[in-house]
Amino acid sequence: MTAMLSTALPQPTSEAAVPRRFVSRASVSDVIFRRVATSAGIITVAIMLAVGLFLSLRASTALRTVGWTFLTEQQWSPETNTFGVAAILFGTVTIAVIALTVSVPLSIGTALLLSEVATGRLRATLVTLVDLMAAVPSIVFGLWGVYFLQGNIIPVAKWISIWFGWLPFFAVTDASGQPFTEASAFTSSAFIAGIVVGMMVVPTQTAIMREAFARAPIGEREGAYALGSTRWGMIRAVVLPFGKGGIIGGIMLGLGRALGETIAVYMIISPIFVINWQVLKTGTNSVSALIALRYGEASEFGLSALMAAGLVLFLLTLVINFTASSIVARSRSGAQSDD
Amino acid sequence: MTDLTELIHTPSGTRTPVAGDTPTGAPREVRGMTARQRFDLIGAAISGACLTTLLFGWFAPLSGALGWVVVAFISFLGLYVLLVSLDSDTQEVIDRFTTVLFTSAGVVLFGALAFIVVYTLARGVEALTNANFFTETMQFAGPLDPLSAGGIAHAIVGTLIQISIALAIAVPLGIGTAVFLNEVGGRFARFVRTVSDAMTALPSIVAGLFVYAAVIQGVTHERSGLAAGIAITVMMLPIIIRSADVVLRLVPGNLREASYGLGATRWRTVWHVVLPTARSGLVTSVILGTARGIGETSPVLLTSGVTAAMNTNPLTGPMISLPLQVFDFVRSPEPSMVARGFGAAAVLLVLVLALFLIARSLGGRAPGDLSERQRRAVLAASRRDVQRFTARQAHAERALVPAGARTVQGDPR
Repeated sequence: MTAMLSTALPQPTSEAAVPRRFVSRASVSDVIFRRVATSAGIITVAIMLAVGLFLSLRASTALRTVGWTFLTEQQWSPETNTFGVAAILFGTVTIAVIALTVSVPLSIGTALLLSEVATGRLRATLVTLVDLMAAVPSIVFGLWGVYFLQGNIIPVAKWISIWFGWLPFFAVTDASGQPFTEASAFTSSAFIAGIVVGMMVVPTQTAIMREAFARAPIGEREGAYALGSTRWGMIRAVVLPFGKGGIIGGIMLGLGRALGETIAVYMIISPIFVINWQVLKTGTNSVSALIALRYGEASEFGLSALMAAGLVLFLLTLVINFTASSIVARSRSGAQSDD
Repeated sequence: MTDLTELIHTPSGTRTPVAGDTPTGAPREVRGMTARQRFDLIGAAISGACLTTLLFGWFAPLSGALGWVVVAFISFLGLYVLLVSLDSDTQEVIDRFTTVLFTSAGVVLFGALAFIVVYTLARGVEALTNANFFTETMQFAGPLDPLSAGGIAHAIVGTLIQISIALAIAVPLGIGTAVFLNEVGGRFARFVRTVSDAMTALPSIVAGLFVYAAVIQGVTHERSGLAAGIAITVMMLPIIIRSADVVLRLVPGNLREASYGLGATRWRTVWHVVLPTARSGLVTSVILGTARGIGETSPVLLTSGVTAAMNTNPLTGPMISLPLQVFDFVRSPEPSMVARGFGAAAVLLVLVLALFLIARSLGGRAPGDLSERQRRAVLAASRRDVQRFTARQAHAERALVPAGARTVQGDPR
C-alpha cells in the first residue's frame, strides 16, 4: 500500500511545492453581465426608494405644521391649517371592512368549491375565470356600481336600516335622531362602495386561498377519508387547518387592495369630512378618493398635506402586506407530509 | 389463523396476477350523485321556490325581487337539510349542506362577475355599433351630439402610446432585476426583493401623486403622455419583478449546472439556458402586468390630463387614455355621453380580456413543459444538430484522408 502510494505521489520538486491557486477569473462577458444585472437592481431600488423618500420629505412639511393632531382632526382645510385624516381614514377602513364582509364568505366558499368539489375540465375553466376576473379594470366595477347596483341595492339598505336600526351602525337618522326612510338618504354610502370593492377583491382572495387549499397533502386527505370522514369532515380536519395561512394571507392582501382602491370609490361616494358611523347613510370618504378630489386645486402646502395622507395609507397597506406575506410564508403550506 | 400459516409457508417472492385472469369492470363513479341525491336537490329547489311564492303572494307582507331570491334560497337550504336528513345521519347532512353552500358561493361569485362583464358589454353595444366610434375623436363632438358623431380613437392611441412607454421601461428593468435576484444574488439582492415586495403595496393613487409632484411640478410643468407612462411604470414594475422572479426560480437547478458543467460562462447560461427555459412564464408575467397597467385609472387621472383631441406626442400636451376617457364620459349626465362611456369601457374590457387570453395560451406552463408545437421545434433543432455533427465529422475525416499514413496519429486517442 505504501509502495503504491509513494509511486502515485508526485516527486516533490521545488516548483511544485507552491500550492496551486484556484482563482477563477470571470470572463469579460460575465463581468459585463454582472454589472448590467446589478445596475438593473440598483435602478429599481433607486426608483422605489425615491418614491418613498420623496413622499416622506414632502409630507413632512405638512406633518410638522400640525403634528399629532393630523391623526385626530376630521376637517380637511390646509388653507386654515386644520386638516387631519381621522374622518377619511375612518371612511377608508369602513369601506374596506364592508368589502371584506362581502368578499370573505364568497371567496372561502368558492375556493373550497374549486379545490374540493369541482373536478376536471370544469375546475380548470373556473380557475382560469377567477384569474381573468382579477384582471378586470376597476373602472368597469365602478360603472356597474354607479349605474346598476346603486339603484337596486337601496331597498335592501332600507330594509336593513328598518329591521336592524337598533344597531347603531345600521341606523340612518338625521341630526335629531329621527330615522330617515326616503331613498335619497341611502345613495352614495359606504355600504354601496364597500360592496363594489368587495366584488373587486374576491377574485384575488379566491386565487390565493385556492392555491393554499390545493396544496393540502394528499396523504392526510386520504388518511381522513380512510378513517371514515365525510368530505366536510376531511375539509375541517385537513384542508382548513392546512390552508389557514392561505386564508389569512388572502384576506389581508384583499384588505390591502380594498384600502388603496380609488376610482370605483370615487365614482360612488359623496365625500364628507366628518366621521359617519352610519354606514348605510349617504356620505363617506377615503384617502385615495380625497387625493383624486383635491390634488388639482391644491397649493404647494395642500399637496404636501395630501402626500401626508397618501403616506399614511401607504404605511397602512405596507404593514398589512408584509404581515400577510409573512403569515403565508410561515404557514404549514411549505412543509411536506409523507404523501 | 389458517391464512397466517399459509402466508408463512408460501414460498417468498411476489406473485403477479396473470393479465387475462383479473376481471375488470366499469370504473366506479365515486364523485357523482346518486339519483336519490339528485332528487333531494331538485325537490328542495322546487318546493323552496313554491313556498316563497306562497309567502310573498298570500301569507306574509313580503315584496321585492331580491327579497324573493334570498327567502327562496333560505327555504331551499332548510328543505334540503330536511330531505337529506330523512335517510342519512348527521355527518352526511352536514357534508351535503356545506357542499351546497360552497356551490352557492361559486354560483353567486361567477354569476355576479359574469353579470358585471355582460352588463358593460351590453350597454356599450349602443356606442360600439357606430363605426365612427373607433375612427373619430371627440374634438368636434359636444355632449349633445348623437352617437354618430365623435369617437374614442384618441383615447385608444393614447392608451397604446402610454402602455408602450411603460413597457419600454418596465420590461428590461423588471426582467433585468429578476435575473439579478436569481442569478447574481447576495445580500443586496435580498434587499432589492424586500423593497420591490413592499412596493406592490403602493396604492396606485399615491404612485400618481408622486409622479404629479415630482415629474410634472418639478420638471415638465405640464401633464403629458410621458408622465402617465412613468406613473404606469411605477405601478407595473413591482408586479413584473415579482412574477418574473417566481418564474425564474422555477427553472430547474440541474439545467444551470449542466450548462456550467459544459464550460459555459454565467452570461451564456443565462442567455441560452435560463431565459429560454422560462420564456413562456416571462411573457405571461409581462402580459399580466400590461393588463393591470392598461386598466389603471387613478395614476393616469393625475398625470395625463384630459383632452378631446388626438395627441400623438407623449412629450407635450395632455394625452387621454381609455380608462380616463371612460371616467370623463360618465361625469356628464347626458345619456349619449354615458353610452360613450360604456362603449369605451367595453373596448377596454375586451382589450384586457384579449391580453389575458393571449397570456394564458402562451404561458401558464412550468419551465421545460412544452406545447406540442414547441416540442416539434425542439426535435427539429436537435435533428439539425445531429446532422451538423455528422457532416462535420465526415468533413474532418475527408480532410484527414489525404494525409495517408498520419491518419492513425491524427486520431485523438
